[in-house]
Amino acid sequence: MANEKNIFMRIGRFYIDGFRNMTWGWQLWALILLKLILLFAILRVFFFQPVLAGKSDEERSETVGTELIQFKSDKI
Amino acid sequence: MIEEALIGWSRAQFALTAGYHWLFVPLTLGLAIIMAVMETMWVIKKDEFWKKTAKFWMKLFAINFAVGIATGIILEFEFGTNWSNYSWFVGDIFGAPLAIEGIFAFFMEATFFAVMFFGWDKVSKGFHLTATWLTGIGAAVSAAWILIANGWMQHPVGMEFNPDTVRHEMVDFWAVAGNPSAVSKFFHSVFSGWMTGAVFVIGISCWYLLKKRQVRFAKASIRIASIIGIIGTVAVIFSGDISGVQMGRYQPMKLAAAEGLKDGGQRAPFSIVPGVEIPGMLSILATHDLDGYVPGINDLIDGYTTPEGETFPSVQEKMAQGQAALEAFKIYRENVGINDSIAAVARAQLREHQQYFGYAYLDKPEDAVPSVPVLFWTFRIMVGIGTLLLLVMILVWWFERKNKIERMKWLQWTGLLSIPFVYIAGQAGWMLCEVGRQPWAIQDILPVNAAVTSASVTAVQTTFFIFLAIFTFFLIVELRILIRAIKKGPEGTEQEEQPLN
Repeated sequence: MANEKNIFMRIGRFYIDGFRNMTWGWQLWALILLKLILLFAILRVFFFQPVLAGKSDEERSETVGTELIQFKSDKI
Repeated sequence: MIEEALIGWSRAQFALTAGYHWLFVPLTLGLAIIMAVMETMWVIKKDEFWKKTAKFWMKLFAINFAVGIATGIILEFEFGTNWSNYSWFVGDIFGAPLAIEGIFAFFMEATFFAVMFFGWDKVSKGFHLTATWLTGIGAAVSAAWILIANGWMQHPVGMEFNPDTVRHEMVDFWAVAGNPSAVSKFFHSVFSGWMTGAVFVIGISCWYLLKKRQVRFAKASIRIASIIGIIGTVAVIFSGDISGVQMGRYQPMKLAAAEGLKDGGQRAPFSIVPGVEIPGMLSILATHDLDGYVPGINDLIDGYTTPEGETFPSVQEKMAQGQAALEAFKIYRENVGINDSIAAVARAQLREHQQYFGYAYLDKPEDAVPSVPVLFWTFRIMVGIGTLLLLVMILVWWFERKNKIERMKWLQWTGLLSIPFVYIAGQAGWMLCEVGRQPWAIQDILPVNAAVTSASVTAVQTTFFIFLAIFTFFLIVELRILIRAIKKGPEGTEQEEQPLN
């Protein structure tokens, strides 16, 4: 009973009970999980690696600066 | 060398993702308000019918939300992968509102959304109602940050270009947050969401009337939704009017292209469809003055002087200024830290011409003109459908009020068939906004050909089709869950077929 008065315990219980008592909501959670796995475990890892990731800010400035200057030179 | 195909596929992928994302956002914005009003009715009237009604629409809200959630994150992936120059060049400004939105949305959703769904009979009525309203308000505030970012792309303000970091850096947060383009876009988008929610609720309710099921529930839903929809549509008209004036001021080429106006002037006509014009109407819409001057596409390309004597440069002159800015940028980067006096002169020249920096990347003046047919017709589709939907909402509101809607099959069918049209209007609106900004990623500062990552076309094509497959799958799943929930209907309201009042 003392635990129930703890605000964090009550919030935790609120969420646990909410998930336990879900009926149709489970299929939505399954859908959300499937989507997040697709996004972060597959697409993000294998297809969407930011071009400038892993570079320092100076290197990023250099890369983009060179691209912006080079782009026009290439066209000319 | 950037290939045209790469730009095309990168744009197509972004458009596909943004268009898909925009299927869910307006319904979230609109349904949130409708179900909050219904729950308020429950708290005020103490009638369980309203609780059941609110719970049903909340269920459809949850389905839409679950499928729509995280679709916006894909856009952020694409910024990093396909638009890396853009991301770095303006990330200091553009990233801030997106980051705030991400954090804000997460906390709002984790708290109020949970109370709304898990909190029935566990928290007080007042607390639950507050959570429902805050979910809706939170969704709108979340949208505000995105639209601040988008508004900045249409009308960049509050920043300064730093040639050392090659970034536009924010110098005035309030200028960015209070950007007039963002403010009008926010109201226009949120109220169009109210329209979408209202048409959706009216359409589903009409389906129940056609099936002669849940009559009291359907009529009550139509009453609430039509009032919210009418208010939303009127607000859309006013915010659209403000957007039109801003477009004339900040993006005159977009306005001229949307009207197909080749040669402008005072008392510029508005064409309803090709060949049918209202004299002077475009001047009124763009300047709120019958004698207001509206430049046409040719005026904008060749340069023009307004009747008040204000002169605007031609695209060719802007291109020359852009090239001067780019050349100064190049000289600055070659000399900074080596020859500071040359670097200082170059920096001063860059500052002088940087307003037209992006024009350096155009090959010819005509490149500054967006697609006239796309803009012309998307504008008319958006406005035409919006006007017809307003009429439908007024009719269903009136005949529901007169207690006649149950017998009017044609109106029930009209209500049901309106659902896809509200989505078409919403998509057309965004096409007008985004295609109209072309060739710019950031108006006048960075065109899409310089913003795009120099990547392989095949890679972008592959991910385009992967997204197309994923989006189609989730859309089908959503529709199936949604249709199943609608067929099942609200629980426990069928027995309560007493009159509304």
